[in-house]
Amino acid sequence: MSSPPSSAAVRCRGLVKRFDDVLAVAGLDLEIARGECFGLLGPNGAGKTTTIEILEGLTEPDEGEVEVLGTTWKGDGRRLREKLGVSLQETQLNEKLTVAETLRLFRSFYREGRDPEQVLAALALDEKRDARVGKLSGGQKQRLAVACALVGDPEMLFLDEPTTGLDPQSRLQLWQQVTAFREQGGTVLLTTHYMDEAERLCDRIAIVDHGQVIALGTPAELIRSLHAADVVELLSEPMLSEEELRHLPGVSDVHRRGPNWALAVHSVTESVPPLLAAVEKAGARLTHLSTHRATLEDLFVSLTGRELRDA
Amino acid sequence: MPENIRGGRLNALRELTSARVKEFLREPEAVFWVFLFPVLLAIVLGFAFREKPPDRIPIGVISGPASGKASGQAILALSGSSALLPKAYAADEGRDALRTGKISLLVEPGPPVVFHLDETRPDSRIARLAADDALQRAAGRADPLQVRDEKVTEKGSRYIDFLIPGLLGMNLMGTGIWSLAFSITSARNRRVLKRLVATPMRRGDYLLSQIMGRLAFLLPEIVLLAGFGWLAFDVPMRGSLLLFFAVCLLGTMSFCGLGLLIASRVRTIEGASGLANFVMMPMWLLSGVFFSNERFPDVIQPLLRALPLTALNEALRGIMNEGQGLVEVAPQLAILTVWGLVSFAVALKIFRWK
Repeated sequence: MSSPPSSAAVRCRGLVKRFDDVLAVAGLDLEIARGECFGLLGPNGAGKTTTIEILEGLTEPDEGEVEVLGTTWKGDGRRLREKLGVSLQETQLNEKLTVAETLRLFRSFYREGRDPEQVLAALALDEKRDARVGKLSGGQKQRLAVACALVGDPEMLFLDEPTTGLDPQSRLQLWQQVTAFREQGGTVLLTTHYMDEAERLCDRIAIVDHGQVIALGTPAELIRSLHAADVVELLSEPMLSEEELRHLPGVSDVHRRGPNWALAVHSVTESVPPLLAAVEKAGARLTHLSTHRATLEDLFVSLTGRELRDA
Repeated sequence: MPENIRGGRLNALRELTSARVKEFLREPEAVFWVFLFPVLLAIVLGFAFREKPPDRIPIGVISGPASGKASGQAILALSGSSALLPKAYAADEGRDALRTGKISLLVEPGPPVVFHLDETRPDSRIARLAADDALQRAAGRADPLQVRDEKVTEKGSRYIDFLIPGLLGMNLMGTGIWSLAFSITSARNRRVLKRLVATPMRRGDYLLSQIMGRLAFLLPEIVLLAGFGWLAFDVPMRGSLLLFFAVCLLGTMSFCGLGLLIASRVRTIEGASGLANFVMMPMWLLSGVFFSNERFPDVIQPLLRALPLTALNEALRGIMNEGQGLVEVAPQLAILTVWGLVSFAVALKIFRWK
């Protein structure tokens, strides 16, 4: 109502999905603009996959409204599917078919689309065109999954954990494809639990935990919301108490990260000297000290008290 | 390739079907079970139960130093009988052989000729009659009445003639059910089905491609098995070849329906496999594949005849062995049609895509 239907690529409100007793999505709202790359960042089990599959029209929500490219998922949705490219989490394709056959098959479902050979080349799969899908490496399979999503020349891409378990080179190749797709005006929604991936690819990010959006904004905004530019991690023998650390100058937040304390600080130069003094005063021995620029991971830790990877 | 760049309904159906056919051909085990196994089974069973001339009955002829010439003549005369297999024995050995059942009759060359036998053994009585007959003729008996034997082992009434249509029916059932049930369940289990549903693919095209993929192998399958029966065992094809193929097609469609029904909701290969066995196992036994279903009690006959495989086997045997026409096999065709329609309807209603 606030904006014309063409402005938003995805709009959903109050999404709820239960599986038996588990509340996978607990009242989730999203609005993704056309041409935007939007990331759902969260740990495993946060409800990212359920959310993206609801938006893809593969799962029906128990409650809530969904609009994709100005259309709802009522009816068979074939017209809408013509405009979407989808890569599911851990997609498995028919292992007996070759790469080229698989892509031709997917191409045949779309009225208009891209030349399969061209897509193969773009994803550096042309050398593997006659290899069986079953013989591909994880990275090659994932690239083929994205190729299948691109071959229908979609307006919008849904990528569910596109780089999970991939080697660095495959990740880079996929990132380049996502960037190229965006440069041609495409909209992307991706889920990930890699903060570097979200920071690098996404215009805006929604951090999702327990089926809800707990933070939303551009990567820079989100990191700014930490009120800290840097993070100092330390380990000492014996450990200093949380209370002591929290009262050091420039420290905005203190969390456990593994065995270490992680301190969100305005600047390293402001906080580290008093920290070292506190360690000395307590008669403790420092066994680890490191600093890094604040990241989304730090934000997630500060919001939930858990780490993304093993939350 | 260039001609396939353009998307369209037919193109999608063609690509899906060709993918299904390739998937099958690239699975050597499946090719074995569909094409070679039934032929191997026909070879093994065909030879095990092949028609043999009746065995000759082993008999003994006492041969001693004194009676060497007489026993030689007797053996020669007895060998002339198609029912007897004579062999020379020393007197003691001969009696032992008779007592232990190694031979059915012991002949002591005469004159007078003495027959040693156990009257309670039918083979002994037959051997005695045949030996007497052979020796009398050799001694110069003239038969006043001319006789001639007419043997009755007719094509179409042998075990192999019963077996080949049964194996064909069983194979049409097995391939139809496995090919759909496995392919669809595995696609669902591996989330390929979900991925396909996320495209604009018509769901009907997917199901149709599964059936067309199955039909692609129908002709070679029939020709291989029926042709083998015809070439190797001279199994007849008395009825219309067209009707025969039409019945095969109808039976196949009916079993495709059952395959689809089995695959309509189940999530794992193990589940599909269990269901498929649950459906097929009773029919292997009850539908007259290896032996006639008429051996089961009369009470359950109507039930057995209502099974799709029984109907298919009866129709195939009627056409091949008895030259039955459309009217005569109509009841069987009706049964197959009903099974097919009902299972397709239910399967489509309860099918789970995600």
